[in-house]
Amino acid sequence: MALTMLAPVFKVEREESRCIKCGVCVQQCANEVHHLDNGWMWTNDEECVACQRCVSLCPAQALAIKEYPLSFRVNSHWTPATIREIYAQADSGGVLLAGMGNPRSYKSYFDHLLLNASQVTNPSIDPLREPMELNTSLGNKTGSSELSEKPLISLRLPIMFSAMSFGSVSLNVHKSLSRAAYAMGTLWNTGEGGLHPDLFSYKDNAVVQVASGRFGVHPAYLENSAVIEIKIGQGAKPGIGGHLPGAKVSEEVARTRMIPAWSDAISPAPHHDIYSIEDLAQLIETLKVATGYKKPIAVKVAAVHNISAIASGVVRAGADILAIDGFRGATGAAPMRIRDHVGIPIEIALAQVDSRLRDEGIRQQVSLVAAGGIRNSADVVKAIALGADAVYIATAALIALGCHLCQMCFTGKCNWGIATTRPDLSRRLNPEVGAKRAQNLLQAWEHEIKEIMGAMGINAIDSLRGNRLMLRGIGLGPEELKILGVKAAGEEG
Amino acid sequence: MVRLKEGEVRIPSGCAIAGILNQKGTCFSGDRIISCIASMRQRSNGLGGGFAAYGIYPQYEKQYALHLYYDHEKARSESETLLNRNFKICYAEPIPVRKNSRVGEAPLAWRYFADPREERLQEQGMDEEEFMVGMVMQINSGIAGAFIASSGHNMGAFKGMAYPEDIGDYFRLDEYRAYLWTAHGRFPTNTPGWWGGAHPFTLLDWSVVHNGEISSYGSNRRFLEMFGYRCSLQTDTEVIAYIFDFLMRREGLGLDDTVKIIAATFWEDMGDRKLAWLRHRYSSLLLNGPFSIIVATGNGMAAVNDRIKLRPLVAACKDDFLYISSEEAAIRKVEPVLDKLWSPSGGEPVIGLIDNKVGLLEPKLNGVFIRSA
Amino acid sequence: MKITAIPDYCLGCGLCRIYCAAAHDGFQGNVLRAFKHGSPLPRINLINWQGLTYFNVCRHCQDAPCINACISGAMQRDENGRVYVDNSRCVSCYTCILVCPFGHPQVSRERPGILKCDLCRESNREPACLKHCPNEAIIWDEESGPTGSAKNKVHGE
Repeated sequence: MALTMLAPVFKVEREESRCIKCGVCVQQCANEVHHLDNGWMWTNDEECVACQRCVSLCPAQALAIKEYPLSFRVNSHWTPATIREIYAQADSGGVLLAGMGNPRSYKSYFDHLLLNASQVTNPSIDPLREPMELNTSLGNKTGSSELSEKPLISLRLPIMFSAMSFGSVSLNVHKSLSRAAYAMGTLWNTGEGGLHPDLFSYKDNAVVQVASGRFGVHPAYLENSAVIEIKIGQGAKPGIGGHLPGAKVSEEVARTRMIPAWSDAISPAPHHDIYSIEDLAQLIETLKVATGYKKPIAVKVAAVHNISAIASGVVRAGADILAIDGFRGATGAAPMRIRDHVGIPIEIALAQVDSRLRDEGIRQQVSLVAAGGIRNSADVVKAIALGADAVYIATAALIALGCHLCQMCFTGKCNWGIATTRPDLSRRLNPEVGAKRAQNLLQAWEHEIKEIMGAMGINAIDSLRGNRLMLRGIGLGPEELKILGVKAAGEEG
Repeated sequence: MVRLKEGEVRIPSGCAIAGILNQKGTCFSGDRIISCIASMRQRSNGLGGGFAAYGIYPQYEKQYALHLYYDHEKARSESETLLNRNFKICYAEPIPVRKNSRVGEAPLAWRYFADPREERLQEQGMDEEEFMVGMVMQINSGIAGAFIASSGHNMGAFKGMAYPEDIGDYFRLDEYRAYLWTAHGRFPTNTPGWWGGAHPFTLLDWSVVHNGEISSYGSNRRFLEMFGYRCSLQTDTEVIAYIFDFLMRREGLGLDDTVKIIAATFWEDMGDRKLAWLRHRYSSLLLNGPFSIIVATGNGMAAVNDRIKLRPLVAACKDDFLYISSEEAAIRKVEPVLDKLWSPSGGEPVIGLIDNKVGLLEPKLNGVFIRSA
Repeated sequence: MKITAIPDYCLGCGLCRIYCAAAHDGFQGNVLRAFKHGSPLPRINLINWQGLTYFNVCRHCQDAPCINACISGAMQRDENGRVYVDNSRCVSCYTCILVCPFGHPQVSRERPGILKCDLCRESNREPACLKHCPNEAIIWDEESGPTGSAKNKVHGE
């Protein structure tokens, strides 16, 4: 194509008085933005994705990435992003791809919920001096005695790492998260890319996924797990399958997924053996039989409009854990229009589903896991108060590992060594460092949750679960409050 | 200003509680419990006091003794229509009172001794107790201005909006003789607005007096609602009563197990597989926040503290008597010399039963209640 | 007492050399002062070849050939076992360069004497390269050093 109308999105600013021409930026940028020719530093701004790798590593703080100065006449309907997208599609004739989660400015309900605390009538509890229990067990709780108890998984804290497949992320990400999960007594999730043999030793902390592509699913895979999760959908792209480009399918990814190397790994949109709820029931039963009824079976669905009916069906189909992924959930690659326009917020879906399952008297049969856009410990607390047993985090975990949310995961050129399988890039994530950082994040949140609970006068997470009286809505309409099942700030009770 | 009634708003409160049991089942006058709770006057603020008495209606011990409060005659006629349709009423009368200036505007208080009509039970396909629970819920939430204060056998609750000793005087409790008395003096942080909001809270033979605030209220309530309980009063105490009813009557658990659910063993100390299972299964019934409670039935009483003991609770024995109270002084007031006095640890129940009883509920031959305390 | 780099996680970015230079010669860790206004002299050599990296740093040998061979007594070991050169006594005979089996000491083109790693003994802090490695690929060697456990065996591996 002779002419592209795409202007750069970002501008690299180099402060010459600081630059020492050390070449670290040149060496680190997989997008080949920085160049050093005979002592002359120059940049190719079109390629910059604002991943901030060069900025972070520059020893002279000489770099800054800025938004490219406004190049379109101001128009609040045809925004620069909208125009750029049209140029890109006119160039390529293709579907726009995007990485990570929905970045648009839809209302975040977490930000419209406030937490309670004890004053006078009820002593707040100091978590440094009194026990504070975050222990959470997941599974079907209806076993009628200790001898007929259904398989349960115990977590030390109600935060798990969500599914990210090896291939979409580097093996070092899996190593980091599995070690952190082990250290913190929680679970990590293989995603649909199989379980690398190096990680079999973390099987007791692993959720292994069975997704529509059935990559890497074999008896040992199912056995080497704490929980088996059937992935029906994910929040970033409900109703859409997966596509791992052949370029990311390295020898090792191929071996783990049990597919030919360098071939595209395509997950169909539906499971082709699940065209209805009864088919799901059969797959759940099949997996239970295959593993001797020793493991809870989870089903992960995206939060869509009729989520509560879907959830009820999934529970009646025999799922022990139901993971609901809200529309902020992230992905390595999704069609942008799907990522940004399909699904509903996790807060809404969670409240709806928890209430529905209680109304139907089947809430005890299942544990609810909320996923998709959980940003901090307050979000965790709010999700649990709305009714979740635990939450999944993935974007937050990747940010802890260095992700700067440039949203270009699908290029495979992740400068932070996360969403890539290129050996030279994936080595940038030292799993020693990654594990420590992911563990630190969980530890920090654990402390914060304990503080918040202590302030509420609660010393076990059980007493927070579904306790919507601990929440008050602010800036929400009556319909929203009703769906969330919370009172407005200022209402007593 | 429209004053919200308890039930329309949730009111946290501090309290005094006391209980006296004669383990031989010998009845004694209400003077003792009044004197006991009166000595803890500072723990109340005159906005709520009440008593539960067991063994006071021996002549009608087979019937359900219903104590009803009415705000007006209309509520009475509506309620009585409903009662007549569902019960054979053996005897009905206004509860005798002795007016005093310390008790303000009082509702009409009536008592009925009644048997559920067999045909109504058949129609509804319920056992007697389910039926009774349904009736209580129906009147309390369905008839404006009517409230069932108690609904058990050979027992009654007397409560109102005043200091407990004044309520005792008003209802002439000195003239009643019971083998088990519990009492409550309340310090609500808001005016409860009506007598129904006072403690004890009762359901069937259960009565609960409670000091504390349940910070797990929202979780507990939403769990109970899954099983048909409607928490119309929005009080923590109501939730506690329903939890006991649910676990012991409906789930058939013993008192020990029930206590281990509401004041669960910490996970780090959890050695017992059964306790772990109980905690997994009923985790939403853990009572969190500060509380000390006395739960009573016709068989005896049990007292328990929250698991980190954030509210006071002392127990004492003297001959056939078991005393439980928020404060030692209140026990000493009525029994200066004791055989034994102790302060139970958090989560460790004190259980006192009439001599020939094995649990707070009668074991049932059909096997429902075979596990008992 | 020595440091090493884990080849699997060394990025070859060269930041170790930059912070090494800034940590010596009185620059007090100030990269700009070293590189914009001084003569930065990194003690570390980093070889980057076809995606492989080799972090060449002094082993601070127990029986150090450089100390044994030094003709002027400039090459010394301090009380912590760190081998360093006292350039005021160095006569630039380069015998140390000849005898070092690892090829670590280098000629300084900017001034007399030689350049070698002294584990940042002047600053009495953690070695600058180790502190600043963005991937924590530079670690104290397993058998020695204050944080010898840095490369602990992790669970199950």
